[in-house]
Amino acid sequence: MIKRQDPVLASIIERVQAASSRQAPLEIRGGGTKRFYGESPSGEPLDVSGLAGISSYEPTELVVTARAGTPLADLEAALETQGQCLPFEPPRFAAGGTVGGMVAAGLSGPARANVGSVRDHVLGLTLLNGHAEILTFGGQVTKNVAGYDVSRLIAGSWGVLGIVCEVSLKVMPVAAAGATLSFEWDETEALAQLNRWASQPLPITASSWHDGRLHLRLGGARAAVSAACAKLGGVRLDPEEAQCWWSGVRDHTQDFFLLTEAGLARGECLWRLSLPATAAPIALPGRQFIEWHGAERWWRSTAESSEVRRVAAAAGGHATLVRGADKSGGAFAPVSDVLMRIHRGLKQAFDPAGIFNPGRLYAGL
Amino acid sequence: MIANPSREERQADVVAALRTVLPGEAILFRREDTAPYECDALTAYRTAPLVVVMPDTEAQVAATLAACHRLQVPIIARGAGTGLSGGALPHSLGVILSLAKFNHIVNIDPAACTAVVQAGVRNLAISEAAAAYGLYYAPDPSSQIACTIGGNVAENSGGVHCLKYGLTLHNVLRVRGFMVDGTPVEFGSEALDAPGLDLMPLVVGSEGMLAVTTEVTVKLIPKPLLARCIMASFDDVESAGAAVASVIARGIIPAGLELMDQAMTACVEAFVHADYDLNAAAILLCESDGTPEEVHEEIGRMEEVLAQAGATRLEVSRDETQRLRFWSGRKNAFPASGGISPDYMCMDSTIPRKRLAEMLRAIEQMQVKYKLRCVNVFHAGDGNLHPLILFDADQPDEMHRCELFGADILETSVRLGGTVTGEHGVGVEKLNSMCVQFSPSERAQFLAVKHAFDPLELLNPGKVIPSLHRCAEYGKMHVHRGMLPFAELPRF
Repeated sequence: MIKRQDPVLASIIERVQAASSRQAPLEIRGGGTKRFYGESPSGEPLDVSGLAGISSYEPTELVVTARAGTPLADLEAALETQGQCLPFEPPRFAAGGTVGGMVAAGLSGPARANVGSVRDHVLGLTLLNGHAEILTFGGQVTKNVAGYDVSRLIAGSWGVLGIVCEVSLKVMPVAAAGATLSFEWDETEALAQLNRWASQPLPITASSWHDGRLHLRLGGARAAVSAACAKLGGVRLDPEEAQCWWSGVRDHTQDFFLLTEAGLARGECLWRLSLPATAAPIALPGRQFIEWHGAERWWRSTAESSEVRRVAAAAGGHATLVRGADKSGGAFAPVSDVLMRIHRGLKQAFDPAGIFNPGRLYAGL
Repeated sequence: MIANPSREERQADVVAALRTVLPGEAILFRREDTAPYECDALTAYRTAPLVVVMPDTEAQVAATLAACHRLQVPIIARGAGTGLSGGALPHSLGVILSLAKFNHIVNIDPAACTAVVQAGVRNLAISEAAAAYGLYYAPDPSSQIACTIGGNVAENSGGVHCLKYGLTLHNVLRVRGFMVDGTPVEFGSEALDAPGLDLMPLVVGSEGMLAVTTEVTVKLIPKPLLARCIMASFDDVESAGAAVASVIARGIIPAGLELMDQAMTACVEAFVHADYDLNAAAILLCESDGTPEEVHEEIGRMEEVLAQAGATRLEVSRDETQRLRFWSGRKNAFPASGGISPDYMCMDSTIPRKRLAEMLRAIEQMQVKYKLRCVNVFHAGDGNLHPLILFDADQPDEMHRCELFGADILETSVRLGGTVTGEHGVGVEKLNSMCVQFSPSERAQFLAVKHAFDPLELLNPGKVIPSLHRCAEYGKMHVHRGMLPFAELPRF
């Protein structure tokens, strides 16, 4: 585990101490690939990318420990040499993203509905809090209920509670076999079919629906994948084409996710709606891309923020404004008063001087 | 707590306040009525509660909490009382809030693969209700026939299938309940995530210290079409441990992967007569589940790996009856131990899998040192070890030696890179061990998290987070005995 005396960490600690005494906000920065996501970053940049390197990797323990500034690409390459992976497929919106940024943003890719999220795979974490204390929570083992599960709270906290220094992640073997099937179905039919499949023992690992076409990804034992292909029908994509499709979905390099300057200028936004998978088709102006068997619905829309949030809430979920020229309606959906009270209490508990990424998640936090 | 001149007066005040919000029969305070609530499954620790309440509506829970909050009375939520670490141990001036009457399955949605259940619903009852749709709730703690989902949420309970299917946290979507002052609250949602900080990992496993749970939405998963189990014998524990690593190195995630040492095997064989190999130094149970094709392929690969790893005997279950027979010994490890010893203490640490042999050798030496026997079962897939220390509570010295033995196991686990509790929780039992695993600033951070939810420390006070004073005393005791285990750890 990382030590206080580490020279890179020592200089970060000094910055935190200084910022804390001056109550001067810091923008914690790794690769800077997700600065567009959430509320606008503010504060003096604090580069933590120097805190890099894989500290330990034990393939037979299914655990890797890496410092926060480790490039995600390096981590994934190391896992690949052992036939393992980060099963939650964190998005790589651009080259240069880091492990710490992946944890802080808490975003997961196409496989999330089947294998769980970033948070689910965090086993332990070393955090630098607002008192400039180095704290380690969790560990390198799967089962661990000693104390509150602070390491998983940090996943998706957008840096507002502290600086991730090092993290241990559960990794998984790459599936022995895979296949992608495509079906020409409208939204209603695709959603209904996805909901039916969800309750059957099928080796499904991802789905996407867009523009009248459903893509279904299978993964697992060879025999299971071929039996499922035979059972489900559809058209089987050639492996390269499939690979290209899913990385486009994962990293938002597909056309659907690429908003143009012109689009942004006329008020087009990219919204992420997180809903129960069984929610009925959503009616908004614009175009839609569905993932997670219906539980994640991306919209390119010019609808008012309040309207999108209303529709998402009515369907039992929430909406995040991912890309848009005007984020005055808030990037993230607001939480209830009681939850905001807890949020403020936790901010006070970890970062009493309010120096870490203030306002990145919610105003005043 | 505010000052209490007399327990009787305090009890009268609290009962009077509760009578304004609860029907009389939902309030128990006579000693003979509250006696069943004096302990959970960690029976060595007992305290008579001031009052026990058994509300049956959420409005009553809210009103009970609000009333107790006004009077600053500690509240300890309780499910079935099957916890093994004293998490539901009463406070002598506190109220036990029993959720036993919250036992309704609100809804099962087969399309969404979810179940909405009240906190007092038994773990197994969820799977029984979901079976009609070909679904089940995956986490299966060994107490699943009795333990409740509310308790599972409090403890982040595991089971033998965690490696493949995750813990309670990974299988819960939404928790509904109340803050300490009676304010309603919901964590998570019916979607796969919720806005803001992800508070679910704090609430799940919080041992009733952050909020009171009344309703839970859990994920259901399709029941595998088939499950088969391999029983493999090994001549020594090292090769059994290495076999576990080889299975995983081959990219296989078994549905269950359990190890029993020879002493445990002998103990359970006498209890269940499952035809275990009594000559083996260690027995591995390795299970595959899924579609028939998947299971056939995976079992083949598992057999190959286990044979290469030096298994001296391999048997694959032919049918469901035989599979259940393979598991019968493992599932009865605790009662079987009760059959060979007047008492036993079940430990629950987790270590990196690769340190298993080292750990078992250390336990062997401890048996000599503390002059007590110990039998071992191990969730080998996820590194969670349950040594059962056998003792006789009627011999005062044995109880004492057993406690030292247990503490030694926990501290050895921390030294090997593990944790003092894998799935049973800290409760009161492992408070001292928390001093070893966490630094003073880490413990202070836990307390600050607690205060973000419960500033007056009224929810289950005195559990999980040891006081600075307690850790200081524990540190001294160890130095005093000349066996300070980790000189490098900060102590004060």
